[in-house]
Amino acid sequence: MRAGSRWKVLRRRLRYWLAHSERHRLLWEEMEFHIESMADDLVAQGMSPEQARAAAHRKFGNMTQKSEEARSIWIARWMSDLAQDLRHSFRGMRRDAGFTAFTVLIAGLGIGASSTVFSVVNALLLRPLPFRDPGRLLSVTNGDEWTAVQTEHYSDLRELNQSFSDLAGWSGFYFPGDKELTGAAEPERLTGVPVTGNFFALLGVEPAIGRTFTAEECQGRYSAPPAMLLSYDFWRRRFNSDRGIVGRKLTLNNNPVTVVGVLPASFDFASVFAPATPIDIFIPWPLNDKRKPSGNTMKVVGKLKRGTTIERAQAEFTMLGKQLETQHPERNNIAPRLTPLAEQVSGRVVPALSVLACAVGVVMLIVCANLSNLQLARLGARQKEIAMRTALGAGRSRLLRQVLTESVALSCGGAVLGLILAMAGTSELAHLHAFNLPLLKSVRVDGSALLFTLLAAVGSGVLFGLLPALRVTAPSLRESIQDAGRGSSGGRRHAWLRDGLVVSELAFACLLLVGAGLLIRSFLRVLDVNLGFQPERAAALRIDPSFRISSFPQQNAFLDEILRRTRSLPGIVAAGITDVLPLRDDRAWAVTGAGQVYEKRHQPEAYVRVVSDGYFEAAGIPLRLGRPFSERDRASSERVAVVNETLARTLWPGRNPVGQMITTDGGRRVVGVVADVRHAALEAAGGSEMYLPMRQTADYATTQLVVRTALPPDALAAALRTALRPVDPNLPVREFQTFQDLVDRAVSPRRFLVLLLSGFAAFALILASLGIYAVISFSVSQRVQEIGIRMALGASTGDLQRRIVLRTLGLAALGLTLGMAGSRALSSTLATLLFGVTTGDPLTFIEVAGLLLGNAAIAGYIPAWKASRIDPVVALRSN
Amino acid sequence: MGAEKPKADLLPGTLDMLVLKILMRGHLHGYAIAQLIQQLSDDLLRVEEGSLYPALQRLELNGWIEGEWGLSATNRRARFYKLTSDGRKHLAEESARYRQVTGAVARIMGFA
Repeated sequence: MRAGSRWKVLRRRLRYWLAHSERHRLLWEEMEFHIESMADDLVAQGMSPEQARAAAHRKFGNMTQKSEEARSIWIARWMSDLAQDLRHSFRGMRRDAGFTAFTVLIAGLGIGASSTVFSVVNALLLRPLPFRDPGRLLSVTNGDEWTAVQTEHYSDLRELNQSFSDLAGWSGFYFPGDKELTGAAEPERLTGVPVTGNFFALLGVEPAIGRTFTAEECQGRYSAPPAMLLSYDFWRRRFNSDRGIVGRKLTLNNNPVTVVGVLPASFDFASVFAPATPIDIFIPWPLNDKRKPSGNTMKVVGKLKRGTTIERAQAEFTMLGKQLETQHPERNNIAPRLTPLAEQVSGRVVPALSVLACAVGVVMLIVCANLSNLQLARLGARQKEIAMRTALGAGRSRLLRQVLTESVALSCGGAVLGLILAMAGTSELAHLHAFNLPLLKSVRVDGSALLFTLLAAVGSGVLFGLLPALRVTAPSLRESIQDAGRGSSGGRRHAWLRDGLVVSELAFACLLLVGAGLLIRSFLRVLDVNLGFQPERAAALRIDPSFRISSFPQQNAFLDEILRRTRSLPGIVAAGITDVLPLRDDRAWAVTGAGQVYEKRHQPEAYVRVVSDGYFEAAGIPLRLGRPFSERDRASSERVAVVNETLARTLWPGRNPVGQMITTDGGRRVVGVVADVRHAALEAAGGSEMYLPMRQTADYATTQLVVRTALPPDALAAALRTALRPVDPNLPVREFQTFQDLVDRAVSPRRFLVLLLSGFAAFALILASLGIYAVISFSVSQRVQEIGIRMALGASTGDLQRRIVLRTLGLAALGLTLGMAGSRALSSTLATLLFGVTTGDPLTFIEVAGLLLGNAAIAGYIPAWKASRIDPVVALRSN
Repeated sequence: MGAEKPKADLLPGTLDMLVLKILMRGHLHGYAIAQLIQQLSDDLLRVEEGSLYPALQRLELNGWIEGEWGLSATNRRARFYKLTSDGRKHLAEESARYRQVTGAVARIMGFA
């Protein structure tokens, strides 16, 4: 057939299909005319009109069938069947509004949860990073997976290597809010990241407006960058998306700086590289400036050449690292380690997300088992109808299709609800700024999530509909009709199936409960950890002076004044100043005791904190030995330091550290020992720490005033700001942070996991309880007569109730046994996520068993109680 | 699914061609088409109603015939079909093909 006419045929087919009911009516009329004409001819041959009509009809045959045959020329049979089945389903749904609502609700909750988790997994793990050629981007670290590289090593590696088309770097040594924008409007603290000139080009990021840095702009001074790029969010917030800002001169840290461009909205540096810290600006990083921070400060990312493998690149870099170490003994160690960027960004969330994905899958299975059971009961009640239709010639596949259409239609209804829930859920998640998870901002319901939802809907519809459909349409016609006639338990032969479904629901619920239980207990253990400081009633306020501090007397006068004014406020118990806050920022120096010699590779390192007197008290860090810093530790007095217990043990094992000398920072005498502080994470010990008195050094980037208060800290924020205003009228004192916030933020990924998993487990428990309740109620309602007879024969209500509850507990125990065995086998997959509990934690298992059995007992007792109120006379008379 | 079932008393695939040929005579309704086929074949060929209406639907879908409502001789509403120009072309092609095939069959069978 010619293409043109095929197209015409298709159009006609569509037109017929759209007007199918009208067309069908006309076809019918046409065939009636045919029969009448036949009858007319028969009358003409001498038949009576009635006989003629009857004969004509007989000859023509089944009009419905004929018309359907004719119609099937342009409307495919399955399509009209589908439409019919759907109409049938909707009629059924309207009839059983309660069942429909319940099904749509729980299918919706299940699908909603699945789609939300899928969207998170999709954003964090599946979707490629939002850069050009993300698959070729590798992260280059030093030794382990997070240590940065020295800029000198970076320059050499970039020059010498053959594997990468380019290497770029950004500074890991920036602090939130360490730049200050003054001049136009209100002064504001900004977070700025120094990057190498080729950083954006390597990632394939083009500025939305303007340009990236020129080579010349990358030659200036580290402390006074001549140019900056604005992040999209910052541009919108601060400059109201004013395109004219590009090319303007602003003042950054008291130096003139030109805005050269605005980055596109799609470039979200923070969500990829530094979750939960919004980045405002990017500045060029002059690698040749001798006064830039030295040490391992550069995070390096490289783009692999086409045709090269990561293994080959790794081999080359290992060799280059060794070569550089021998050539430059004066530099830090370098042992380059290559990791795919995507893996480095979201690798650490893989275990948690896998657990979530499995959990949501299990929830879906429970939902399906539950709905399957309901559907089974419902179709059981319609057994008579189905048997009748089979008797009238409905084929089994046709009936199967009809039942499945109904369940898929129901689950699609659920999917609509689920999609709404998933959209709400994902937008909620994407706005959880406090959550320290990469790429969380890009979580949304996208095309693939829509597809996933559709598949989940159809899949779960088939899954929960198939078993009941197969059972009810099983060719056992006689039995059904007889059954129906007798009015006895039409559903008894499905009993084992129902019990099996409930047992599997309980087993799955048990899996989830054990998982959630272990994680909750880990979470509680984490919250119970001895932090080394006391977060309650402690808070920090950023107080970096707006003026440039040029001398020790000026700096110390500023510190004295701040502390004096703060301490005079009512409600302040203690006050001190530090440069880094626990659980937030960090930097490490090599440290050696006087007279000690270490091999370069085993050189002890300590995290350095620069603090004033009163800090230990304000943060609640207990003193173990010696004395804390005092106001007398000044530039003119002896250079001193305080160490933590770990550093004391490392440098002077078994000896009194107080009075010992360390060679770091020009030599300092240890005057005290304080407790270890958990600085990196709640789960990990903080390592060696060294405290330097703030009045003896200028080597710190930020100034944080830490206060311990008698009242909740928030109540004092305003008073504190007012009290400090006279010291420095331009003091930007916006960022007020309680120590509890720091702790909360540090545990936020764990809290995220625990919340979601507990939600799933609770949902599973409710569903399993409902399932067991439904099954027991159903079996009671099927056995009303039997119960009536038993009671008439003198069975006590107590006896009856015991029997029913015991049956329930029997099912629960079976489910529990299976679930426990499964949990024991699977809980090892949780091992990396647990803290302070073992995968076989007996308490968790016992609690879960108690919870499940208790719930099952309640779910079984209600129908038992109802059964015991059955009036034997009524029960025997019924039917 | 659902296409016409070839009846034993009509060679498969010929019904469409016969209907088109009959419609060369003018506008006819379904009953008249069936009657004419029967009469013209001296009662040899009988058209089953179960095949006729699917055939009419198929011809119409392919654009070879067009149906329109009118009044029959007995003043009843009936659907009359007429041949379209596409239908004429198709009929010519089909009869040529049919002649070839039957000629070949006849030669093999030794009828010719």
